[in-house]
Amino acid sequence: MAPLVPDLVSNELSILSALLIGMAFGYVLEQAGFSSSRRLAGLFYGYDFTVLRVFFTAAITAMAGTLLLGYAGILDLDLIYVNPTFLWPAVVGGVVMGLGFVLGGYCPGTSVCAAAIGKKDALVFVAGGFLGVFGYGEVYPAIAGFVNGSALGPIRVYDSLGVTQGLFAFLLIAGAVGAFAFTSWLERRVDPQAPSASFPVRYHRLAVAGALVLGLVLLRLPDRKAHFLAEVASPDYQRAHPARYMDADELAFRLLDRDPKLLVVDVRAEDAYKQMALPASVNIPLEGLFGREWAPVLGRRHTTRVFVDEDGSSALRGALLAERLGYDDVRVLRGGLAELKRTILGTPPATSFRTAAEVDAQRFRAEARLELPRLIAEARGQTSRPKPVVKTIKGGCS
Amino acid sequence: MSTRYMNPYLAGLLLGLVLLSAIFVSGRGLGASGAVKSAVVAAVVTTAPAHAASAPFYSEYTGEHAGNPLKQWLVFEVIGVAIGAFLSGLLSNRLRWTTEKGPRIGGTARLAFALAGGALFGIGAQFARGCTSGAALSGMAVLSTAGFVTMLAIFGTGYAAAYFFRRLWI
Repeated sequence: MAPLVPDLVSNELSILSALLIGMAFGYVLEQAGFSSSRRLAGLFYGYDFTVLRVFFTAAITAMAGTLLLGYAGILDLDLIYVNPTFLWPAVVGGVVMGLGFVLGGYCPGTSVCAAAIGKKDALVFVAGGFLGVFGYGEVYPAIAGFVNGSALGPIRVYDSLGVTQGLFAFLLIAGAVGAFAFTSWLERRVDPQAPSASFPVRYHRLAVAGALVLGLVLLRLPDRKAHFLAEVASPDYQRAHPARYMDADELAFRLLDRDPKLLVVDVRAEDAYKQMALPASVNIPLEGLFGREWAPVLGRRHTTRVFVDEDGSSALRGALLAERLGYDDVRVLRGGLAELKRTILGTPPATSFRTAAEVDAQRFRAEARLELPRLIAEARGQTSRPKPVVKTIKGGCS
Repeated sequence: MSTRYMNPYLAGLLLGLVLLSAIFVSGRGLGASGAVKSAVVAAVVTTAPAHAASAPFYSEYTGEHAGNPLKQWLVFEVIGVAIGAFLSGLLSNRLRWTTEKGPRIGGTARLAFALAGGALFGIGAQFARGCTSGAALSGMAVLSTAGFVTMLAIFGTGYAAAYFFRRLWI
């Protein structure tokens, strides 16, 4: 599951990827015309809205791609870097940068592109950037309180606005399409030879149609976790995907045998788990099954994963979810821990047994009744929730 | 290849895919101003180590980023940007040693304003923890509130101030 850094790609290789991604970034920016300050400034004077088109198309593409890859389970959205919000510093910084844009005609990324193709003004702009950062650094102690204030953390814009992610994505795309149409009209009024006139109307229409289709898809895109959890809880899904069960006797036998190929996944709440936990068990709530931090434990090879809970109902959902997420050899403890307690841990039934199999079972249960509580007591304090490994990805420009 | 620019929607699509691949590979977006900061920190650390150790702007940075300040993801990414843009200019026959300016402004004045604009961007990007690429574009891609706030502030101010600086461009 992506991102590939830090698990699949080392930091050294990441730096190589930075160079390649940067080259693609610079190439596209230059091809788009972002190496020209007059074109960039045209955004503010109505004669050239290229920047708006490229910028919003890029933002929409990346946003849609991120959401779709997240839904498909290819990209872990909990892991990617989300720029933290420092509200007032962001506003002040944006205002200062907006002034810098009108005065200088570039932003930092585009100035590097323009300098690379020989624009002297861009080279001077880059030098100005160094001076600006240096000057800021010198006065930083005096303004640190403000700059580090109004910290709201890595909040998402749809939460800030109180709408769903899908609705926000759709509205953003619809707004961008509206802006594309309006600015094309405006641009041609200001200058009939405007850049948007240089390619056929059908390209504009194609872009608009593509963006709107994407918007509708995102509007309908459910939250991956909520969707999966609802799916495995539905009777239809459970009928279509019959789970494999393990009897209490088999579980007890394998526990007594200290079978190394057995993993008990206890999906009960943490409190109940702390009261009584089986040996060789881990406590993972249903939601936790999605997390990458549990994958090394859950994904152990050549292992039978037995899901347990009190009565078997959420264990069934957990097992189906685990299978849905790609884990194999998944079982559900039939009847849950209640059944285990009744047949093995509880008092023996007074009835007599006739068949040889029944007699054998009773003999085993009598033995297990003595041994299993000892193992459970032994396991106390050793079995635990695996501590989620918090992997932070560094990002941003600060 | 001609000197004509790419269709902006196609360019936007490609730029979006580049940004998406950065998120996919490295879990982070693109950026530019962060590399400038790295370079400034590296310069101060090298030339005035005592100052770099005592001034919080530098000591916070070196505390948060292990190793050489120049060996950062963004520094290599921006080196890539320069190479990529150069190759693009070469292929599209746009390599010229020139100063680009509006019709009503002199060359020296243009350079002075470019210097001021660069400085303002350098300052603003520190407040906002990123520039148009790192804060606005990349922030918007991951639906960060900061990304949208920064984007609106940059472009809103651009429009509000454009009238007063029209002699620079039109």
